[in-house]
Amino acid sequence: MGSTLVDARGLRCPAPVIALARAAREVAPGTVLTVWWTDPAARHDIPAWARMRGHKVLVTEPLAPEEGDGDGGADVTPAYVTRVRTASGDAAG
Amino acid sequence: MHPVAQEAFLAALEQGWADPRRLHAEGRRARLLLDGAREALAEMLGARTEEIHLTAGHTASLHAAVAAVARARRRVGGRVVVSAVERAAVLAAATLAADEVVTVPVDRTGRLDLRAWQDAVGLDVALAALQHANGEVGTLQPVAAAFEATTRAGVPLLVDAGASVGHVDVGAHWDLLAADPSDWGGIAGVGVLAVRSRVRTTPTGPEDEDPWAPGGVSVPAAVAAAASLRAVLADRARSEARRALVDRIREQVAQTVRDVEIVGDPVDRLPHVVTFSCLYVDGETLLGELDRKGFAVGSGSACTSSSLQPSHVLAAMGVLTHGNVRIALPVTATPDDVEAFCAVLPRAVAEVRRMAGATDL
Repeated sequence: MGSTLVDARGLRCPAPVIALARAAREVAPGTVLTVWWTDPAARHDIPAWARMRGHKVLVTEPLAPEEGDGDGGADVTPAYVTRVRTASGDAAG
Repeated sequence: MHPVAQEAFLAALEQGWADPRRLHAEGRRARLLLDGAREALAEMLGARTEEIHLTAGHTASLHAAVAAVARARRRVGGRVVVSAVERAAVLAAATLAADEVVTVPVDRTGRLDLRAWQDAVGLDVALAALQHANGEVGTLQPVAAAFEATTRAGVPLLVDAGASVGHVDVGAHWDLLAADPSDWGGIAGVGVLAVRSRVRTTPTGPEDEDPWAPGGVSVPAAVAAAASLRAVLADRARSEARRALVDRIREQVAQTVRDVEIVGDPVDRLPHVVTFSCLYVDGETLLGELDRKGFAVGSGSACTSSSLQPSHVLAAMGVLTHGNVRIALPVTATPDDVEAFCAVLPRAVAEVRRMAGATDL
């Protein structure tokens, strides 16, 4: 069983979506994945990927410093967290 | 560039090199050429000659149109209503001129949400702006219905027809209409803005004899704009022939490339634009691969823009922004060109995916 946390901070498109897709392949269907990201394109591309793959985006919100292991100082690019529930069939991947 | 544009430009350079605002013989000759160009453009755009203003270019047209109407209607309201997929020049001009920019969303195909538009063009609105078609994804907008709503509300409608004029009929559903000669094969350096006589405008710049183009415009570029538009409109069949080529690309891309989103309306669209996004593909790398094979295409992906922001059009549509390819077929495109492109694309996409280690996803 793979990790349910993908730290894609600092990665640029399409790398965050590729990292997330890789994680989605490693977990059981219906698993909630958490992805941290900073790339502005990820805001649009994670939901688009989820739609194409039958996954469901649950929430996207700013990444709280305590959640992002505290290393997201105020001077860096804002980080966000998105939670995705993977598709519950063999459509996942 | 259309060969007719080049021809007309060179001829006008010979005859009309002088400043048309001067009263000497050379100046008057330049003035005659300029007036002739305006008259011809007016006729082709369905306007009166005095309604045609020439500007320094399409961006300048859009900036001036938004600013001049917003200022003239300041007391009516400080809002400017725009669609979410307007050209950046319209959005920037609206942000500068308005107290509040009201952005109306589009659907997955890039088409305006008409219901939201009808609600938005109510009170306190100085101006509404809607493109005739989206040049990035090709989708035609419901301009007639949008115009009906603005007319009912007494709000002037600016139609950015920069991607449409010379390719599709733009009709008469506008109060201000901006057309872009460089999009139909004209020569850069001139823009066309038609403003219905009934529309109140107040120039925002310092006083000038020509408030729409302070200092005047390039007479040869204006003459070339009119001549090339006439040539393009006379050859409509050739322009429309591109529709079948675009259909062929859409069909081939869908069949031969895995995990691809072909974006824009499949039917109500410009005849020459086709856009698609490939999952897990770096747009910049793909453009490089295609360029090496001799295909110059565009992209709305973030990695291909200097701002590193993805295209606001693709974002507003909710489609994939990475791995994006935009093709605008010139009238000279042939079926062989299209087949050659379709043959190269699947391998190029596969190669970029392989480099990213995304082949198995």
